[in-house]
Amino acid sequence: MSTFPTDINTIAWPKATDRESVIEINNLKKSFGTQQVLKDVSIKLYKGENLVILGKSGSGKSVLIKCIVRLMNPDAGTINVLGENLSTLNTDALGLLRQKLGFLFQSGALYDSMTVRENLEFPLRRIKKDLSEKEISEKVIEALENVGLADALNKMPSQLSGGMRKRISLARTIVVDPMIMLYDEPTTGLDPVTSDEISELINEVQKKYKTSSIIITHDIECARATADRIIMLKDGEVYTEGNIDDFETSTDPLIKSFFK
Amino acid sequence: MGKFLPALNVIPKLRDATAHSMTKLSEKTLEQTGIFSRFLMDVADVFLFMARFNKELFSGRFEWKEFGHQCYQVGYKTLPLISITGAIMGLVLTIQSRPVLADFGAVSMLPGMVTVSLIREMGPVITALICAGKIGSGMGAELGSMKVTEQIEAMEVSSTNPMRFLVVTRVLAATIMIPLLVLYADLLGILGSWGGANIKGSVTFTLFFSQAFSAVDFLDFLPAVVKTFFFGAVIGLVGTYKGYNAGRGTESVGIAANSAVVLASLLVIIVDMIAVQITDMIIS
Repeated sequence: MSTFPTDINTIAWPKATDRESVIEINNLKKSFGTQQVLKDVSIKLYKGENLVILGKSGSGKSVLIKCIVRLMNPDAGTINVLGENLSTLNTDALGLLRQKLGFLFQSGALYDSMTVRENLEFPLRRIKKDLSEKEISEKVIEALENVGLADALNKMPSQLSGGMRKRISLARTIVVDPMIMLYDEPTTGLDPVTSDEISELINEVQKKYKTSSIIITHDIECARATADRIIMLKDGEVYTEGNIDDFETSTDPLIKSFFK
Repeated sequence: MGKFLPALNVIPKLRDATAHSMTKLSEKTLEQTGIFSRFLMDVADVFLFMARFNKELFSGRFEWKEFGHQCYQVGYKTLPLISITGAIMGLVLTIQSRPVLADFGAVSMLPGMVTVSLIREMGPVITALICAGKIGSGMGAELGSMKVTEQIEAMEVSSTNPMRFLVVTRVLAATIMIPLLVLYADLLGILGSWGGANIKGSVTFTLFFSQAFSAVDFLDFLPAVVKTFFFGAVIGLVGTYKGYNAGRGTESVGIAANSAVVLASLLVIIVDMIAVQITDMIIS
């Protein structure tokens, strides 16, 4: 792991030990066959922060985020989410923990056979079982208003553009009031204007819902707009970490190639 | 000594040829071992999938709404196809059989013969093969596309068990709806047969049906119905298995749909063969 010319401990944010971590990843390893995708990765996400994980394609970013929700099981290492060790949870406990996590998929992952309303109602009916029909309807409309797409309520996903799909997908994630948001390449495949809008939405979600977020991306503009802290992965290892200014002023060739 | 020299020259060539053959042999052995181990892993995957299906079937909350939706998709949406094929099946069987029976002066046996053929074999197998094509491929393609576009993972993350929601409901819907579709196809086949009988002759509806059903007894009917439940289960399981285990690219959606049809059709024929053997053993 390389270090910046500046001493990270002198940066304005509070010391790591003073802050409450909501996700703690220790010595995580994951391989597919002979290919080692994650090699001893250790990362912490602190309460209320937006942590951007940068890296080239194939650096293990998406695998890391999928391990956090146990869509993939790591080969070694531990992941603690909200104080729970993921590897020790049974299916029911994992289901309960997942209710506190929001995951925005790279493709949006909207259910093709359902309307926008049904897409939003789907997790709501399963997670917030005590809500009445009126409350469900209100929450769906509120989430859609938050992403600026209240008029898309009865549309099918096939009738939406890429940017709209991402927004609806974000609405489906926030409708259940998650504590932690995980964004997998939120701006990939979008034009610069829509990418900026999505980055804005990520910040708004953080403020409004008081979420802590991990944003996996290789889009520097998105990182600039959203990051409180950045971790760069290279070949499955943490290469460096800092804030956006550290990265902008770094002389490291790899970081410069990203931020040129 | 000189006369042995040419023979000695041959030895290195022989050694190289042997080494080359051995290398080829070991490569081929490794390749075949690889194919065999992949086959064994596929078989293990199928059993694990079935074990998971059984576990999810009897545990947790049943997805009634999705089950109803799947019954509608599998049953109601397949009715037009089954109606046409069922009626044509009876009609063709009657037209083809009539001259043979006429040669023996046994045209009066036509309704009974066609009905027994339809109920025992033609109706269940042809309907199941059509369902393997329509329902099996549909399930394979739908679940495969959901896998590729991360919808199954999205479901898992939003605290929904995709195996229970997607697989259990579809397999049960196919298991229950396909026997009903077969009965419907049988009925339309008999109606088609009555239509066929009236092309070259004249027979009343009442007479045709009384002759048709007088030839059928309970032992024609029961095994045929029982095996259709297995046909339904096989079609549902194969369709969902292929879709649920599809690869990552868009190409894998096509592969999932295609292999679901091929495997489901093959298994329908195999299950039919086993069912006929068991029925024969029990009856005799």
